[in-house]
Amino acid sequence: MSQQRSAAPPSGRVAGWSEAELGVEGRVRDVVRAPAEVLSTPGAEVDPRSPEAVQLAADLIATMRVSPGCVGLAADQVRVAARMFCVDVSGHPKARTQHGTFVLCNAEIVAASRNEKAREGCMSVPDLTGDVKRATRVTVRGQLPLTGEEVVVVTDAFEARCLQHEIDHTNGLVFLDRVAGADAIHPRKTYL
Amino acid sequence: MDRALGENGRVTIYAITVLGHDRPGIIADATGRLAALGVNIEDSSMTRLRGHFAMTLVCAGSAANAEISAGLAPLTADGTLTVTVFELPEEELGAEEGAAYVLTVHGGDRPGIVSSLTAQIAAVGGNITDLTTRLAGELYVVVAELDLPSAVDVPALGEAIGRVAAGLGVEATLRPVEADEL
Repeated sequence: MSQQRSAAPPSGRVAGWSEAELGVEGRVRDVVRAPAEVLSTPGAEVDPRSPEAVQLAADLIATMRVSPGCVGLAADQVRVAARMFCVDVSGHPKARTQHGTFVLCNAEIVAASRNEKAREGCMSVPDLTGDVKRATRVTVRGQLPLTGEEVVVVTDAFEARCLQHEIDHTNGLVFLDRVAGADAIHPRKTYL
Repeated sequence: MDRALGENGRVTIYAITVLGHDRPGIIADATGRLAALGVNIEDSSMTRLRGHFAMTLVCAGSAANAEISAGLAPLTADGTLTVTVFELPEEELGAEEGAAYVLTVHGGDRPGIVSSLTAQIAAVGGNITDLTTRLAGELYVVVAELDLPSAVDVPALGEAIGRVAAGLGVEATLRPVEADEL
């Protein structure tokens, strides 16, 4: 294990955030599946302080929680073309740096390095998986819902992959848009 | 596209293969002819095998086999391509079970590498779901994806494959396929 790099220090504000701050009860929404136009529609900028955004944030987390194996969910997956997603990779065996549960609005990648190919799946494309190259280290800037405060998340490994997958959703992209080649799409073998 | 019902209310599933000398435009030509017959391409795979064009399509349509064969016949006119069309039986596909693995093999080319190693997988009831072999100079490479029933002793299978590979003078690695759910 001597070759293992040290994990990036988690951003304290994001790591300390929880959905309790939102102060509203999340409602489980239906998750749409491809082909659905909303999944290919770039999301609109979100006002993180608006009541709709706060409710959407709570709903995304509630929906993620009831979905087995789900570690992230973007607004377009619940039929809202808005730049918002939630993430929670806590305890995932491939995660190194982790920030627990959080929601980001209007997030963008400001730095990315060290690409690695891995096979990924998505609740909105349930019957296929695909080999996608993603950075293993990223710096992401976004805003927290309710307060609208700007935060920067520096992370790696599985959380980095997850953030890139969710930010793709906010830009109207699914993993199928990024597969590594014609032989990189596979029928799903295991159902969670 | 959903499977459209034909006039007789029946949709047939066809397996169509196109093989032969590669040139630009084969796919556009073949699929254009299928579209004109209302035949819908479902799963398909095309690659070049030692430079030869090789395409297999599973299609659904209400056109008769003879109509499809006649529609594709112009593809074979110059004698460099072979087309086959045959009807597949309707099958109830069982749920996929077991775990997915990748077997990679590389080493000096010699007869029997694929058969000896896949025999080990077949012996434990494993099912190969994808297979590619490439010969590059002296180097032979095999990559197979397979499903193993949950009862299989995977470490023992890995050892058996290792023994067979050592006997053939090639390297073989069996590892699980991991898909990240995001």
